[in-house]
Amino acid sequence: MIRLWFKSGTPWVWLNAAAVSTCLIMVIGVLGLIVVRGAGHFWPAQVVQFGYQEPGREFQTIIGEHVDTSITPAAMAKSTGHIMSDDEDTLVQYLIKTGNRDITGTDFRWILERNIKQQQSPAELMVVERREWGNFYGQLLAVKENGKIIAEGDQAWPTVQTRIDQALAVFEEIAHLEKKEVGAINYSLEKLRLEQKKLQLENRWDSAAEQRVAAEKAELEIDYKEYQTQLIELYRQIRRDSLVAKTETGNEVEIPLAKVVRIYQPNTMSLFDKIGHYGIKMIEFLSDEPREANTEGGIFPAIFGTVMMVIMMSIIVTPFGVIAAVYLREYAKQGFITRLIRIAVNNLAGVPSIVYGVFGLGFFVYILGGNIDRLFFPESAPAPVYGTPGLVWASITLALLTLPVVIVSTEEGLARIPKSIREGSLALGATKFETLWLTVLPMASPAMMTGLILAVARAAGEVAPLMLVGVVKLAPTLPLDGNYPFLHLDRKFMHLGFHIYDVGFQSPNVEAARPLVYATSLLLVLVIVGLNLSAILIRNHLREKYRALEG
Amino acid sequence: MTAQHTRTHAIDVSSVLQGQKKSSEPNEPCIKVENLNLFYAQKQALHDVSMEMSKKKVTAYIGPSGCGKSTLLRCINRMNDLVDNVTIEGKVLLDNENIYDKTVNVAALRRRVGMVFQKPNPFPKSIFENVTYGLRIQGINDKRILEETVENALRGAALWDEVKDRLNDNALGLSGGQQQRLVIARAIAIEPEVLLLDEPASALDPISTLKIEELINELKEKYTIVIVTHNMQQAARVSDYTAFMFMGELIEMGTTSELFTNPRKKQTEDYITGRYG
Repeated sequence: MIRLWFKSGTPWVWLNAAAVSTCLIMVIGVLGLIVVRGAGHFWPAQVVQFGYQEPGREFQTIIGEHVDTSITPAAMAKSTGHIMSDDEDTLVQYLIKTGNRDITGTDFRWILERNIKQQQSPAELMVVERREWGNFYGQLLAVKENGKIIAEGDQAWPTVQTRIDQALAVFEEIAHLEKKEVGAINYSLEKLRLEQKKLQLENRWDSAAEQRVAAEKAELEIDYKEYQTQLIELYRQIRRDSLVAKTETGNEVEIPLAKVVRIYQPNTMSLFDKIGHYGIKMIEFLSDEPREANTEGGIFPAIFGTVMMVIMMSIIVTPFGVIAAVYLREYAKQGFITRLIRIAVNNLAGVPSIVYGVFGLGFFVYILGGNIDRLFFPESAPAPVYGTPGLVWASITLALLTLPVVIVSTEEGLARIPKSIREGSLALGATKFETLWLTVLPMASPAMMTGLILAVARAAGEVAPLMLVGVVKLAPTLPLDGNYPFLHLDRKFMHLGFHIYDVGFQSPNVEAARPLVYATSLLLVLVIVGLNLSAILIRNHLREKYRALEG
Repeated sequence: MTAQHTRTHAIDVSSVLQGQKKSSEPNEPCIKVENLNLFYAQKQALHDVSMEMSKKKVTAYIGPSGCGKSTLLRCINRMNDLVDNVTIEGKVLLDNENIYDKTVNVAALRRRVGMVFQKPNPFPKSIFENVTYGLRIQGINDKRILEETVENALRGAALWDEVKDRLNDNALGLSGGQQQRLVIARAIAIEPEVLLLDEPASALDPISTLKIEELINELKEKYTIVIVTHNMQQAARVSDYTAFMFMGELIEMGTTSELFTNPRKKQTEDYITGRYG
């Protein structure tokens, strides 16, 4: 009976099904964890006010968000120094995000459940998101203009709302002026300086050139002066207002509105308000620049850098890989040497990625970039232009890393084109090149896209080599902007993968940053899925077009 | 017993031959094969083959599988050049020019000697693009010329009426027989002098086969045709001359009626009466 059952192959089917479901569960588990932890981060939590008294100490008030709960068995709690009474089985601790890092020195605090005497969520508690020092939790007392109180008590809340909107508008304007206009002037000034130095190096620095450069400089200076006065006025405006708030200990604190991102009272928010808040936070996360050592704000530069780098990598790797594969498969005489090359190519795929990073730094950055600087940018010395890690070197290094994948899959694609199709083309008087170009390569294009998809998937997730050849924790400017020549290949850039590492493990405030790690991971996954999906769509379109292979 | 069998078979074929129109023009040699030897690595596939093929006639190669008839056919447009480790000795003269001469442009040669393969091999492009492929390679992009050529070539291949409304559809949507005629249209669109057909009907159903055979009869008005076939009835129906090959050697060649009714060699007789193997 059992033997029959085994012979029927049923156990084998079950085994296969089990393997597939295990894989599925693991993938869903990974995604689920990231989604839940990452997406929950932006939801406005209740702010709770605890009445807390440790035995033998004074009663105190603690205000904050309840982040986590830990339950420890009594025996283990005792061994870590907690005094446990006999009727207690477990020690329950809450992790509270109390904020106010500027006052208390820490964002988070563990409290014991048994010491909590009261617990309530008063409506007037507010959260102030600040540009520095993290969140502030407390109660609004008054709003000040130039140091004078203009609203108190019930009037304070509506007043602070209108004032904060004004302050944010001014802040936007300042940011725009500083980044765009003043940034452009600085860029032009730097270019003029380089031009002057270049002319001097080439001994072409004469009075005409001097006059021209001086005139251009003067013009820029005039512009700069004008922006300067504008900025001074804006700064005066933004520094005008401040709010006064009471902390959990009853101290009064004054917070300038210039330093505030938003103020909200989570305990009074309806579900719709919360959804709106969530949406705004989400958009900020996707479209803003990071603040506070990357633990707050958005990650737009990292998304941009990742996508940009992957696109550049694809542009470099595809032609190289395809040409190499075409040579190997179509032109090279098949034999010992081509076999050797194939083995080498396949092994390249197995080289640890950090090795590529070292190679990229040693060869591309120092040798290639250094020589480019010496030949084409002598005027910038000693500051390197291309002789330093940057977008172009990162892209080339990753292109090298993913080259084997593209070569192998293109070769497979070429090998699958039926001989009869090639012969058909040749018999019509086409040369080998025409046959390849008009018939074989288009038919092999789905295979090339498959290679590219694999390459993108690998490249977008790589972090280790990038740390050596171009990624930085915080890039002041995007590699693409409004200053000629628009695409700055020499610039360093931010990357989601590195961002995760940096936020999660290099940040001064790890506890606060942890949800961001999940959120960023989720985004990285989404970016890769997005890139892959677009490549897959193109491939399916091509497949549809050249279905002959399947027939 | 065997003798009688032979006779009945021979009569079968001759009855086919009687229906065939005999052309009375003088035979002008178009392709001459002289002492052709071909080796795949060490293995010799063609042994000292010499023959002549006449202009605007149909010559058929018959013989058992692996006898070298396809190899010989592929020598005429140098398709064997694509095979690794192949050595070719001897000459193939097309209009008294050795096509294996070093100065010969192979692509230009193949434009003069078109070829149709056993399995239909249309490109995964539209019908129109398939037929104009050869012209576009020659750099002809004038829309009017292309359209004219497509119509003529498709009419020439007896396919025009079936596809004229869907020239921009993918060629892979056609039936096997239509695909094969499309491939023929593709070959005659560049107006070759010679048309090589490598078992053009062996992958097709009987009706498609019949159409191809009719087509061959029409095409020989304009082209010199060489056809490889497994099917002796087919050889008898379509060809003016037949060559019988065996083990890489040309055993016998003659007018089709002569070879089928009165073979000179014993091997030929054995083969056409079905006693081979």
